[in-house]
Amino acid sequence: MATHFFADTAALTGRSLRHITRSLDTIITTAVTPVALMLLFVYVFGGAIETGSDSYVSYMLPGILLITIASGIAYTAYRLFMDMQSGVFERFLSMPISRSGVLWAHVLTSVTANLISLIIVMGVALLMGFRSGATLPAWLAVAGILVLFTLALTWLAVIAGLSAKTVDGASAFSYPLIFLPFISSAFVPTETMPGPVRAFAEHQPVTSIVNTIRDLFTQQPVGVDIWIALAWCVGILIVGYALAMGAYHRRIT
Amino acid sequence: MTTAPAIRVKGVEKSYKELHVLRGVDLTVERGSIFALLGSNGAGKTTLVRILSTLLRADGGTASVDGVDVATQPGNVREAISLTGQFAAVDEILSGRENLMLVARLRHLKDPGAIADELLNRFSLTDAGGRKVATFSGGMRRRLDIAMSLIGDPPVIFLDEPTTGLDPEARIEVWEAVKDLAGRGTTVLLTTQYLDEAEQLADRIAILHQGRIIVNGTLAELKALLPPAEVEYVEKQPSLEDIFFAVVGDTGGNNKSSTAGQGTREHKTRSTKG
Repeated sequence: MATHFFADTAALTGRSLRHITRSLDTIITTAVTPVALMLLFVYVFGGAIETGSDSYVSYMLPGILLITIASGIAYTAYRLFMDMQSGVFERFLSMPISRSGVLWAHVLTSVTANLISLIIVMGVALLMGFRSGATLPAWLAVAGILVLFTLALTWLAVIAGLSAKTVDGASAFSYPLIFLPFISSAFVPTETMPGPVRAFAEHQPVTSIVNTIRDLFTQQPVGVDIWIALAWCVGILIVGYALAMGAYHRRIT
Repeated sequence: MTTAPAIRVKGVEKSYKELHVLRGVDLTVERGSIFALLGSNGAGKTTLVRILSTLLRADGGTASVDGVDVATQPGNVREAISLTGQFAAVDEILSGRENLMLVARLRHLKDPGAIADELLNRFSLTDAGGRKVATFSGGMRRRLDIAMSLIGDPPVIFLDEPTTGLDPEARIEVWEAVKDLAGRGTTVLLTTQYLDEAEQLADRIAILHQGRIIVNGTLAELKALLPPAEVEYVEKQPSLEDIFFAVVGDTGGNNKSSTAGQGTREHKTRSTKG
């Protein structure tokens, strides 16, 4: 049955992608919060924030992109939870198909949906004056990091979706993740924060990812940040994947 | 393989912590027959269906479907079965046709579109086939659900309470679909809490009560369990409902007659002590 993994995953991914294209509201909802935050920070707070950069929208866009992903994956947990609530999940599991394909379809759909949301947010940022002279390899690196971050958080969302008891529980786990960029280098330089907060901000995953993307956008050397960022993403991905698979096997046997 | 019964269950037990849902269930379902598992809510019908469809592991006993053991070769069992669960397992956002095509793809069949169209036609859903399932009535959903279960012609189909929550008209639609299935040689195990449904559809009926099968037979055999109808002013055949409550009452249910019985026993005990 493992031989059908790709065919089954493709069929199931096609199904959940239809869910996305037929309920575009989930993508728009995902993009609305980051866009509103961007407007708020640029046109309300931005004037008072001293970052040492020419364009505040360019400065804070990396953090906004991470907030977009953190709010997008809440829908992955939601969709998985709803599948389990309806009989659809049990129908799939009682069929001779690849069982891990059922999860992978949700994961691939999550990546696709988040990419669409990211493109929308990026488009708004362009309208608001975001500019980057980044080269194609730098853009690909940004895309790679964003996809990796999405995958890592998606597996966390899978854990939440599989173990939640209520719909609210399935998406509530994402709130701390959405909040994390606020205590990082995303909106203000960490040097301006008091000691303990600064220590936290400089040693949590978002700061290294934000710094890396910002450096890539502004054509600065990325330095050691990119390795820390990759280590965080891969680390969360591995732990999240292992825990999600564990939760899945407990759930289906 | 062909000589083995479609479903064989021996001594199957399942508990959730202190709650003993199944306490040693035995039953055999012959190929090509409709077998109704009758029982009240919480009797363990769904638990048994989940074990047979490889979604749940039994704590004890053995069960085989199409001659294949469900615990040791669940993958092969899944090749032979289809489950129509208690809640219509249809994707609301997809159209009826897309639901059918998805299942055909997952069963690795050629030309999913043609398979979908044929089933839409067979279940009188052709006109609605392109609409989102969210707009379907309860009966249409159930019919689509059953149609999805038929893709790939599995020899054994489980229908868990196929008509619960349906209006009378939709129930009859589903009954017709089930009768049609059995006419084509598919084995159907259906659970129900509606006595008339078992009476209408099933070749054999088993009553699951407090985790055990307490009666198993044809409708005629079940009716023979009660004394023949007494001739009064009105002649009245015992309905299956009468049989159900009579049988359930005998084995210590909590209806009025059994409480009275307990009272008598208690009285006897006292008198022997004294």
